[in-house]
Amino acid sequence: MSALQRSFRELLRYPSAIVGLIIIAGLLILSAYTLITIPYREAIRLWRGGEEVWYQNPKNAGPTWFNYFTRRKLSESMILSSKEGLGKTISQDSQGNNRIVISFPIDYSFDTFPLDLSIYFTSVYQDKPPHVSITWLTPDGREIRIGDFSVKRTQTFRLAQDSKLLRRLGGQSPEKGLFAKPNVSPPVPLKGEYELRIEGFTFEPNSDVDAEFVVYGQLHGLAGTDHLRRDLTVALLWGTPVALAFGLLAALGTTITTMVIAAFGVWFGGWVDEIIQRITEINLVLPFLPILIMVSTFYSRSIWVILGVTIVLSIFGGAIKTYRAVFLQVKESPYIEAARAYGASNLRIIFAYLTPRIIPMLIPQLVVLIPSFVFLEASLAVLGLGDPVLPTWGKIINDAQANGALYQGYYYWVLEPAALLIITGLAFAMLGFSLDRIFNPRLRGL
Amino acid sequence: MNGVSEEALPSQPSVLPAKRARATTSTFSRVTRYTAVRLVTLFVTVVIGVYLTILIANMGGYVDQIRRGEIRESVGMLVMTDPTFKTMPTEMRQQRIEELVRLQEKRLGLDRPFLVRSFNYLSNALSLNLGRAQNMTSDSGSKQVRLILLERLPPTLVLFATSNLILFFVEIFMALYLSRRYGSFLDKIIVALAPTSSAPAWFYGIFLILIFAALLKILPFGGMVDAPPPTEPLAYALSLLKHLILPVLALAISTIFLSVYTWRTFFLIYSSEDYVEMAKAKGLTSREIERRYVLRPTLPTIITTFALNLITLWTGAPILETVFNWPGLGRTLFRAVGLYETSVIVGSTVIFAYLLAITVFLLDFIYALVDPRVKIGESGRP
Repeated sequence: MSALQRSFRELLRYPSAIVGLIIIAGLLILSAYTLITIPYREAIRLWRGGEEVWYQNPKNAGPTWFNYFTRRKLSESMILSSKEGLGKTISQDSQGNNRIVISFPIDYSFDTFPLDLSIYFTSVYQDKPPHVSITWLTPDGREIRIGDFSVKRTQTFRLAQDSKLLRRLGGQSPEKGLFAKPNVSPPVPLKGEYELRIEGFTFEPNSDVDAEFVVYGQLHGLAGTDHLRRDLTVALLWGTPVALAFGLLAALGTTITTMVIAAFGVWFGGWVDEIIQRITEINLVLPFLPILIMVSTFYSRSIWVILGVTIVLSIFGGAIKTYRAVFLQVKESPYIEAARAYGASNLRIIFAYLTPRIIPMLIPQLVVLIPSFVFLEASLAVLGLGDPVLPTWGKIINDAQANGALYQGYYYWVLEPAALLIITGLAFAMLGFSLDRIFNPRLRGL
Repeated sequence: MNGVSEEALPSQPSVLPAKRARATTSTFSRVTRYTAVRLVTLFVTVVIGVYLTILIANMGGYVDQIRRGEIRESVGMLVMTDPTFKTMPTEMRQQRIEELVRLQEKRLGLDRPFLVRSFNYLSNALSLNLGRAQNMTSDSGSKQVRLILLERLPPTLVLFATSNLILFFVEIFMALYLSRRYGSFLDKIIVALAPTSSAPAWFYGIFLILIFAALLKILPFGGMVDAPPPTEPLAYALSLLKHLILPVLALAISTIFLSVYTWRTFFLIYSSEDYVEMAKAKGLTSREIERRYVLRPTLPTIITTFALNLITLWTGAPILETVFNWPGLGRTLFRAVGLYETSVIVGSTVIFAYLLAITVFLLDFIYALVDPRVKIGESGRP
């Protein structure tokens, strides 16, 4: 134990190792948080969901923190719903009919107009649908009638598609006309407190009406949205455990099997060793990436199948020769002789005496390997061969590429997953390089 | 791609069991014997590797079923649209369809079992008789696999040969320079930047596209030349150069720091040998020390890396080429997989396998030439 502690204390002398460790710890916490708050099924439901899940989000909206860096504040998304009782008052008239007033206050302090406005109605009734009339109150005291109609059980009212409203606003589309300063051209938004007032009349005892007002802004949420209105935070969060799991499992699986196989080859020698050497050479001929591409195109795109194939193809990689060279030296050590003399079995010698000697060499390699596998998964996803179900960082980049994010200026769409990828890669690489210098005495001080 | 260069590093001439023949008669027979055995093992390796690729690329015969389905569908369509079949009675039409399907299957050799054909494919591939593609054509309209691959070779060579060659020499010289003054500020920067190479080239490519193409608008997003391609040779070259900058830069950023760091450490380890100290004590100039005592013992490694670097050019880089829209071999291979075009996949693999086998074979002799301590056919180096 003390050796381990000593190594750890030595590790803390390298600033890059400390930074790496902190980032890795942060990523692990983020993964745990993700797995707890968004369970697997929920993540898939959200990521595979269409309009019915994401109707409240604008398309291709940037992240809201964008506004911290610009003087011109872009419009942010707002969702106001009366279902939680927001701004809803109910009064009864003499005939037993309900008069429902829903009043949404909107504090608008942005320099650009929203992209779109919609009101989603839900109502409860037997035969006679409720009737609503909608008015818009501006900060400078104007009152604009938006519309009167009766609402069905679920009804979507898109303001931009209402031709009467369009005419009333002098030909300006509602998302501009409602927020614009009067008689200014080109139109600029008027900042201040707006109010959307919905008056509903129900004609049955248990009838009710609810409304949800969605202002689609240019910015939405912590991470923005993609072309399918999906909130990118889901995929960014879920990408973390997937990337870490893939990287860790692939690196662990590869290095440990390689080590064990190299140890067996050296210990038993002869034809066992010969076969292992030949397989290594054949493996060199096999095209690694094309085979992975073939497997994911022909057989399965499940991330776990890809993980398995990656491990199988990497086992007989170059590392086997390095380990073999070390084992060949260790095999001749006196303590192995001693073990043989007291009658230790082959397996005991391999696992208790041979393999532990290589662990110091193995750990740095393992840590350095992790980012390459994380990026491998992302690479496959960028080629469009990512796991069809799970949201991952690479798939976000692939979506962004496929929809021309860079051409159209949706930089956040590429930069967010890319930033997470490079942070993860750098963290493991920095830790691994420091470990290499500690465990590899030839590199000490270089 | 990095993996390969490390993998073959220690491929020492140690295949034969140690058999110290008598010094007088042995040299010639030893070398011949070694050469023969080495050639046979390498050929067997290539055969097994290519056969495995054939099996994988055909999904163990499943691609045949896809082909059969395609044939049936296309024949069905043909019969449906052909007016002469309309008047035929149903039975006759059915018979005719079966006949056409059988003919097509026979044309593609699908009437024989897959296992038999797989060996056929193998012998064809090994004799570099690459055959014809089913679904892919070269830009000039040929279905010959050889032409499809050859047509894509120049773009890949232009991109990867230039960048790999430049990078290789820049790396070696920078590493030598740094090993001479290690601990300097520049050295520390390189060591600190080495972890950035954990990201692949396409990753940096995206950033470069974002900065230079999308934001600054001074370089193209991708492609190899402007569209339409300039007719004048000079304008063509300039256009090509302009399109080369970003992918080459991406390749450079993704490899240079780690490689310089590795080479520098490698040279440093050799510089701390006793004989180098001795040379220093003798008062030799640092240039001479480098040439005689550092570069010479490291030459086999440098050559191996260089040679393997050259062969990996053949596979291209599917993802970098996709990101930059570069019409190279890597993207062709990727497209071939998507179209179940096994002939192209196998063709590319068999050429790579041969190139690799030849290089590995030649390297053994080159080792013996540059390093007098190595003797061909003897076990290991002293």
